[in-house]
Amino acid sequence: MTRILGYADRISAAPGECIRVKVSCEDLDRYDANLVRIIQGDINPSGPGYREDPVALNLGGPFEGRHQAIHMGSYGVVDGAPPFPAKSSLGLQVLVWPTLPGHGPQTLLSLRDPRSGAGFRLFLDAEGAAALEIATGEGEGGEVSTGVPLVPERWFLVSGSYDAADGALTVVQRPLNPCTDMNGGCRESRTIPAGLAFAESGAPVMIAAGPTPGRPATAHFNGRMEAPKILSRALDAKETENPVGTDCRGLVAAWDFSVGISTDRITDRSGNGLHGRLVNLPTRGVCGHAWTGDEHCWVNRPEHYAAIHFHDDDLYDCGWETDFELRLPEELSSGVYAVRLHHGNEEYYIPFSVRPPRGTTTAPVAFILPTASYMAYANNRIGIDVPDTEIVCGRLMQLHPTDLFMQTHPEIGLCFYDLHNDGSGVYYSSRLRPIVNMQPRQIGHLGGVGSNLWQFNADTHILGWLEWLGQPYDVIADEDLEAEGAGVLAGYRAVITGTHPEYYSVGMLDSLRSYLDGGGRLMYLGGNGFYWRVSFHQTLPGVIECRKSEDGIRAYAPLPGEYYASFTGEYTGLWRRNGRPPNELVGIGMVSQGFDVSSPYVMREAGRDPRAAFVFDGVEGPVFGDYGLSGGGAAGLELDATDHSLGTPPHALVLASSERHTDLYLMTPEDMDDPVPGLGGTEAEIIRAEMVFFETPGGGAVFSTGSIAWCGSLSHADYDNDVARITTNVLQRFLDETPFAIALGDRSSPTTES
Amino acid sequence: MSRYRITDDDLRHAAEFRADPLGIPGPGLQRVLNLLRGGPKAGKYVLVAREPFRHWVLGRLPADRGQPVEVIDGMEFTDLAEAEWAVFRLRWEAHTGQDPEELLQ
Repeated sequence: MTRILGYADRISAAPGECIRVKVSCEDLDRYDANLVRIIQGDINPSGPGYREDPVALNLGGPFEGRHQAIHMGSYGVVDGAPPFPAKSSLGLQVLVWPTLPGHGPQTLLSLRDPRSGAGFRLFLDAEGAAALEIATGEGEGGEVSTGVPLVPERWFLVSGSYDAADGALTVVQRPLNPCTDMNGGCRESRTIPAGLAFAESGAPVMIAAGPTPGRPATAHFNGRMEAPKILSRALDAKETENPVGTDCRGLVAAWDFSVGISTDRITDRSGNGLHGRLVNLPTRGVCGHAWTGDEHCWVNRPEHYAAIHFHDDDLYDCGWETDFELRLPEELSSGVYAVRLHHGNEEYYIPFSVRPPRGTTTAPVAFILPTASYMAYANNRIGIDVPDTEIVCGRLMQLHPTDLFMQTHPEIGLCFYDLHNDGSGVYYSSRLRPIVNMQPRQIGHLGGVGSNLWQFNADTHILGWLEWLGQPYDVIADEDLEAEGAGVLAGYRAVITGTHPEYYSVGMLDSLRSYLDGGGRLMYLGGNGFYWRVSFHQTLPGVIECRKSEDGIRAYAPLPGEYYASFTGEYTGLWRRNGRPPNELVGIGMVSQGFDVSSPYVMREAGRDPRAAFVFDGVEGPVFGDYGLSGGGAAGLELDATDHSLGTPPHALVLASSERHTDLYLMTPEDMDDPVPGLGGTEAEIIRAEMVFFETPGGGAVFSTGSIAWCGSLSHADYDNDVARITTNVLQRFLDETPFAIALGDRSSPTTES
Repeated sequence: MSRYRITDDDLRHAAEFRADPLGIPGPGLQRVLNLLRGGPKAGKYVLVAREPFRHWVLGRLPADRGQPVEVIDGMEFTDLAEAEWAVFRLRWEAHTGQDPEELLQ
């Protein structure tokens, strides 16, 4: 049981800066907190030993424990009462594309006082039929339903009216494409008292959810919605056949979701200024009812993308109150730190990077903490939601307390490996919530036989190695790269990546490119890096978008017409499909994944090239890396290899490669245009990790391992092994200021010799 | 979802698995494992760690998010190979009605 949870307002900060810590306790009236430096997060008894170093800093505890709720589910809110005349008639209209009709009542459009019940709501009833309810604070009113469920994932025009003159309460649902829908239009009407005073509460208008006492919203709508409108008159029968225009009489509000798609704001075109805001980031930039397939980018034809997809499990910012503020000491050295919340046996870590003071470097090498990738995997449910994970891992899933917590607390939100409750893909992932799998001591699912670490905790294998080496290092987070560009890397002789820096924004990629062009030295110590293109929100902190368009290994495919990011308008998907394959940057790119056992490397002919002599200094070979905590070998989990057609530099040296993997390793979809037998690791030659070295024109160089498992081998035999030797050799040479030179005319082939 | 169906000929693969439940399976055994390890989420066997790397109990996944993982009484393990063989037996029997342990006697 995880009884303490927390998160911070930022994931990177400089000495002297403040971090706001938000905490929630379950049945704990107090807790304490301290600051620790994360050195080695692996708790495998066969590993190097867990290590965190306490920082002598009083955070002000013990603190009073309190529960802070998480309210998932997206919706729109329009503060300020619409200008309704007293005892007015009412017209409501909205286009809907429901995804879970029949899964409980779901609000489309409402204005209700949560205490008195006064107001109205247009909704899908428990059976999924369009319904309208209207009530006064005295309990007068009524409800009417078509009684016929809407068809999932079809567009309907839903209209509701109340005629204050005769008390007619009417609801109409009409499919926009009757040829493909089983249900034709339905209309139901009944008479309730005339002249009801339903709109006197002053409550806000809510879209895709309704109000309820004690929490922000309830009865969330799942599906797409477009062009909701409110009128101060009843709609006539003809007006329920097609959406009414914004020039119709009696218009109170007409929200146009095609405006401000990259924002969390919604715009009223009625002239009454009833603009609103969106809560918990429903998905924008999705096809609306007017999409024809002629235009695939919402930027060019926003009117085709006038829909918003709401989910009852969307979550952006928990919005918790700050429990305490942590001001980082001016003298705190750069590194990976965490606030450790604890009470008895309960503990929770909130990690973040402490960068060097702004505008300075305090070490010759920088480790890039891949926080975008951590966000992409935040609260990843692959071990509990995806039954096939056992097959791809080749062993029973082991669940640990955080898995059990995620299973019973889905409100902590989803990531890019999950599906929403309605089966649609998750496009947004935020860090403004507890991320239970981004802690030291955590055991993952995909990390192979052995320690089974993934992302944050796997990256502590690198921190442990640097600390063992006694190598001073700075830590720069992905968000620093995104926010500040290449300047944040300037001055470092070498830069080291994490084990799986899979998710990169264009700003982050540009930063690394500029660093290399300026003579930087890059050590890519992982696998499947620089794979998916992500977009940071332009105004909201701590959230990224990823749409896995075209192909790639993915949990879902975006719907046609939805390959452009709503945050920025960028084309999404693999960097390989965006003209910037990882091979151009680091010489290699993703070719396979498998999550059972890893393999050793074998030195290749190019490994004896004098240009790379420094790499193997002290290494006997030819086989090395047949040990490790990530699958028992250095080559495993996700593998990268060269491909000249994708931009591997002609002079890149393939120093070593793996030869054989199990048949749980399979080719990637993007390399499998025409499937043929023999796609597994025992047969397909493409399935290999390739270790690559090449010089860059600016006097810099790149060293890439091509394997996520690499760093799991570093600590073997107390770091007295060839994987650690090679990694250390490369670091030491990369820290040497002597420029690397490209031998003109050297076009040696980097292909693997067999 | 595998369409493969276990036959008497697969008993040799059961023997292979029993001999080394954590080993790398041959193609025939892999095909059997693809069937046994497949299937829906609801009711899927998992190991719930009581002590990481040392002690597990058998559990079953629920159908939906929000529901707790069911822990099966009396199925505790301190050895992963034993756990794998125990689940293999349960699944084989669910598919064939026969306990592979008895068949292999």
